[in-house]
Amino acid sequence: MTRAVRVVVNGEAHEGAVEPRTSLADFLREDLDLTGTHVGCEHGVCGACTVLLDGEPIRACLMLAVQADGRSITTIEGLAPAGAPGDADPPLHPIQEAFRAHHGLQCGYCTPGIVLATHAFLRECPEPGAGDIREMLAGHLCRCTGYHFIVEAIEAAARALRGSRPPLDGAEGPSPIPRASPPGGV
Amino acid sequence: MGARYFGASVPRKEDPRLLRGQGRYVDDIKLPGMVHAAFVRSPHAHARIHGVRAGAAASQPGVVRVLAWDDLAPWMKPLPLFGAVPPGLAARVAVTMKQSPPFAICRDVVRHVGEIVAMVVAESRAHAEDAAEQVEVDYEPIAPVTDMIAAAEPGAPVIHADWGDNVAVHFRAGFGDVDGAFREAAVRVRDRIDVQRYVGMPIETRGVIAWWDPRDGSLTTWNSTQVVHFVQQGLVAALGLPAHKIRVIAPDVGGGFGTKANGYPEDLLIPAAAIACRRPVKWTEDRREHMMASAHARHQVHDIEIAARRDGSMLAVRDHIWVDLGAYNTWGIVLPYNTVAHLLGPHRVPALAIECRGVVTSKTPNAPYRGAGRPETVFAMDRIVDRLARELSMDPAELRRRNYLTAADLPYELGIPYRDGNRLIYDSGDFRANLEAALEAAGYARMREEQEALRPQGIYRGIGISGYVEGTAIGPYEGASVRMDISGRAVVATGACSQGQGHETAFAQVAADALGVPIDWVTVVGGDTAAIPFGVGTFASRSAVNAGSSIHVAAGKVRDKLVEAAAALLEAAPEDVEIADGLAGVQGSPESRVPLERVIRASLPTFARAGAVSPDFEATVYHHQPTVTYTSAVHLAHVEVDAGTGAIRLLRYVVAHDCGRLINPVIVEGQIHGGVAQGVGGGLLEEMVYDDQGQLLTGTFMDYLIPTAMEVPPIETVHLEYPSPRNPLGVKGIGEGGAISPPAALAGAVEDALAPFGVRVRRTPLGPSTVLGLIAEAEARTAEGQTGRGA
Amino acid sequence: MKPAPFAYEAPASVPEALELLARHGDDAKVLAGGQSLVPMLNLRLARPAVVVDINGVGGLAGLALRGGTLAVGALVRQRALERWAAVHAPLCAEALRHLGHVAIRTRGTVVGSLVHADPAAELPAVFLCCDGALAVHGPGGERIVAAGALFQGPLTTSVGSEELAVEARLALPDERTGWGFSEVARRHGDFALAGAVALLRRDAGGSADHVRLALFGVGGTPVRGAAAEAELLGREPTAARLREAARAAAAALDPPADIHATSAYRRRAAAVLAERALAAALARAGRAA
Repeated sequence: MTRAVRVVVNGEAHEGAVEPRTSLADFLREDLDLTGTHVGCEHGVCGACTVLLDGEPIRACLMLAVQADGRSITTIEGLAPAGAPGDADPPLHPIQEAFRAHHGLQCGYCTPGIVLATHAFLRECPEPGAGDIREMLAGHLCRCTGYHFIVEAIEAAARALRGSRPPLDGAEGPSPIPRASPPGGV
Repeated sequence: MGARYFGASVPRKEDPRLLRGQGRYVDDIKLPGMVHAAFVRSPHAHARIHGVRAGAAASQPGVVRVLAWDDLAPWMKPLPLFGAVPPGLAARVAVTMKQSPPFAICRDVVRHVGEIVAMVVAESRAHAEDAAEQVEVDYEPIAPVTDMIAAAEPGAPVIHADWGDNVAVHFRAGFGDVDGAFREAAVRVRDRIDVQRYVGMPIETRGVIAWWDPRDGSLTTWNSTQVVHFVQQGLVAALGLPAHKIRVIAPDVGGGFGTKANGYPEDLLIPAAAIACRRPVKWTEDRREHMMASAHARHQVHDIEIAARRDGSMLAVRDHIWVDLGAYNTWGIVLPYNTVAHLLGPHRVPALAIECRGVVTSKTPNAPYRGAGRPETVFAMDRIVDRLARELSMDPAELRRRNYLTAADLPYELGIPYRDGNRLIYDSGDFRANLEAALEAAGYARMREEQEALRPQGIYRGIGISGYVEGTAIGPYEGASVRMDISGRAVVATGACSQGQGHETAFAQVAADALGVPIDWVTVVGGDTAAIPFGVGTFASRSAVNAGSSIHVAAGKVRDKLVEAAAALLEAAPEDVEIADGLAGVQGSPESRVPLERVIRASLPTFARAGAVSPDFEATVYHHQPTVTYTSAVHLAHVEVDAGTGAIRLLRYVVAHDCGRLINPVIVEGQIHGGVAQGVGGGLLEEMVYDDQGQLLTGTFMDYLIPTAMEVPPIETVHLEYPSPRNPLGVKGIGEGGAISPPAALAGAVEDALAPFGVRVRRTPLGPSTVLGLIAEAEARTAEGQTGRGA
Repeated sequence: MKPAPFAYEAPASVPEALELLARHGDDAKVLAGGQSLVPMLNLRLARPAVVVDINGVGGLAGLALRGGTLAVGALVRQRALERWAAVHAPLCAEALRHLGHVAIRTRGTVVGSLVHADPAAELPAVFLCCDGALAVHGPGGERIVAAGALFQGPLTTSVGSEELAVEARLALPDERTGWGFSEVARRHGDFALAGAVALLRRDAGGSADHVRLALFGVGGTPVRGAAAEAELLGREPTAARLREAARAAAAALDPPADIHATSAYRRRAAAVLAERALAAALARAGRAA
């Protein structure tokens, strides 16, 4: 028994029919052939399958495809426009550029999830400190890099994006979240 | 012609596609008519199988076939075993070894939870899983044995009945007068040190796709493996096909760390299912399967003791070692002997006596994982060295300074052979220089002052130091083919397979320099048996040395051919021709330069004439690496321990290391960072836990905890470069090193931080509960001591 | 690791949802944020015949402050509360920072975390500490379940299988009330090995006139540190007394052991964390004029 799903992915409308048990991650990968969304654990811990749902990061393995009906999704494929045929090196998004420039990836498996989460994060927190970056990154398991160069890449991406953020599906993000001051502080 | 790319942090060629989500991992591949496999796996740690019935499974919706032993019997050959004792080693060390191979499907006795009993092929993975639940297996449980020391004792339940016991590997090794040294030593310390079971855990699980083409009787299989040629050889043996009819492709692979360098049942079962079903079959391991059935690692016990003079000079080391191998001794001598060969590391110790047992237990089989015996043995050695420092009331850095070998001592021969059977001779390096560099970078003296100043405030900071010397780049070979295309661009094919190490970039740097072409002109192909007939694969920090050397030499030969052709075209003497930036010209005459494309085209025969030279602008070289190169490092960890909760915060982490000449420094640093993070996992977080019935208690990422960016600190790296004389590039391996020392450095740092309590750290991982337990234990010991004195 | 098959229902109203729950009883599971349920489905640890997805139910997405009471509808995401709380309720904001990770909180709901009732979760302890109440609709209409009566055991609450939790209500601490939050976990974002949430207010004389302590990760449910509250109420909260109170609260515990921590550890850590939470609350507490 299948149900219809209508979603907008990377700005393009798609329709599919899925079993209720199909995850959004499997729907994106199997039905829409968007294999840049990677599946690492299917229980919501590793973060590899992170995509943006109406501009906010979610685990695609923890959402049923049927629940995405009527929603707008951004996957890694939607971050930078694909190059024209024959264009060997089309431009990357500034976040992707920063990851490349700072060796922020090795095997690349966790990378799409981290890049998308970074995209949402930098919109909320355009001038993050290393601690903010690490706290955000804690939702993503990377087994190759030790995170060191990912943190540097995100710092560089934040610098690059300040004042020149290209809009993503016109989605306006919420404003930064302030932190509680420590006890005893004034 | 000088190196243009070698030594430069060239941005990686593989990154744009990976960043765009255009990588192609096994699970991304879809073939027409493809069906999906799921496995029925043993829920028991040890049981006899009395029957397997498809039952209702075969008639479940979407099911194509249910396959058990009987259905696949023609292909059920023993799975490959590794780690036979090489002759050179056998000549000097008497090894007793037992190995019984597993089969891809278990027929009679299951020996660990997760062992495959049957397979279901269905139209979707979900349907295959539905049906797998319906397969009926009649098990008769047998007593399991999970503790490695108990398993080695007489009377323990025997896992392989024909062995008579569970000791799969046994040997003694050493040199010098150990008993004499211990008799006469002023100081002797001993302890039992445990290293837990922890694993590689790549974020991409394993996966296999197989497609049987009846048209020409060929099999193509995509496998997220580190060793395509080994997988091919396994299939040759099981399927009875010639090698060229079996193409094994490792496309983009999402991390390996040794876990994917193992031979697995699914390597064969998915191809067999594809032949049996006449449909392409895909299997993507899920995380739960990965936890229970992909190779485990580490897990040792050391009863270690050291003898020294009052001035700290080490005189002898004695060690009784148990290595838990899991249920099958798949890797033979590899893990036990690696452990032995790397125990002393950077220390000068004149006498050594080791007895080592590799023991089988009712757990998932172990395989080499990033370090492969070295993290365990370095942990044992550094723990006992720290214990000695405490005994001597000597600063642990000073004790190491007095015992570490220097450049003046090298080459230095240890009195036992290496695992490959050759003499164990450190080729280059300066281990004391590593130490001094790490201390300097850390600001060691200031750290000590700060430690003292903070203790009265109840802030407990500690410093831990660990050093290792690592045999890297084990041979015997890796090959490379370098060939030019008609556009003057180069293709490099090698048996090395990349799982994120940046081969496409680093090898292109080596080839571009040797050929004299821009790096963008070089395409590196790895992980495809169709690209080169013989290969070993990527593991054991071996690819830069083995494949890199082959690429360097092969590209040099191609360049010689290009020079010869250019000389004919330019009517110049070959010795006057130079190639740079993809142009060939006569030295000192820039206007003579022509693109390589013209040189190549001019060499092709036409109807009017034969080519100026034969256009075989290609060369294949199999660099022979008889023994290893020695990489070394000192790691320093700076931690703060919350004595109230036992929580550990890693403040700083410093690595000073030598891996010979650096091909791409940023890639090298990335390798170190990643290794350190895995070592931090081993030191603080990660453990595969079994209960005494052999049930795995850590089956998900909620229980098996790999570090996040919050647990791993920034990592400071100091490069020291002592080129290896054992290969033409002067390089050494660096893939594993980062993972070797962190558990030892962290344990030392925690013990140092909690020195006011008298805490002794004997095992990892150091979770908060363990740390408070250590404090409680130390307090109890102190209280007992006081009571004892009072009595 | 795909879920076993299930039927999917997406009611548009609370009565429709209740009708489905009444029809399917224990065979149905309510899906809101899905951050606890879907992993269990994927692991086949939960095998409901029917999943009742309430995300389309109207009227459950409200986040409002009524008097001093914060009302959180069943579809309010943890991330939404986090954003609101950053300005208005720092205790909630601090607790939420430790709950999983951003992508989990983007989908996960506040009420879902309460009725999932993981004893090591942060929000149930905050709920206890803030004298929370849960509005529950069922066949018999609406009933209000006080926090103290909600948690029955690990992953077990007094909300019946035919009932739907529609709104959580928390009495937010007033400006004079200080708060403290302290936990220890294996990694950032993991469930706590042990944790404590505290509220403390002082009267004009400096004595504590409102004290709440809730401990989590230390039993089958989050628990109030009643002994600590009794020790402090009406007294000057000196450092020594805070320590005494924290110890008293921990002494009453019989924490579980698992692969991550022993029972003794949890008790010992609970005392330390309770003391720290109380001390933080004291430091933030104002005093009546």
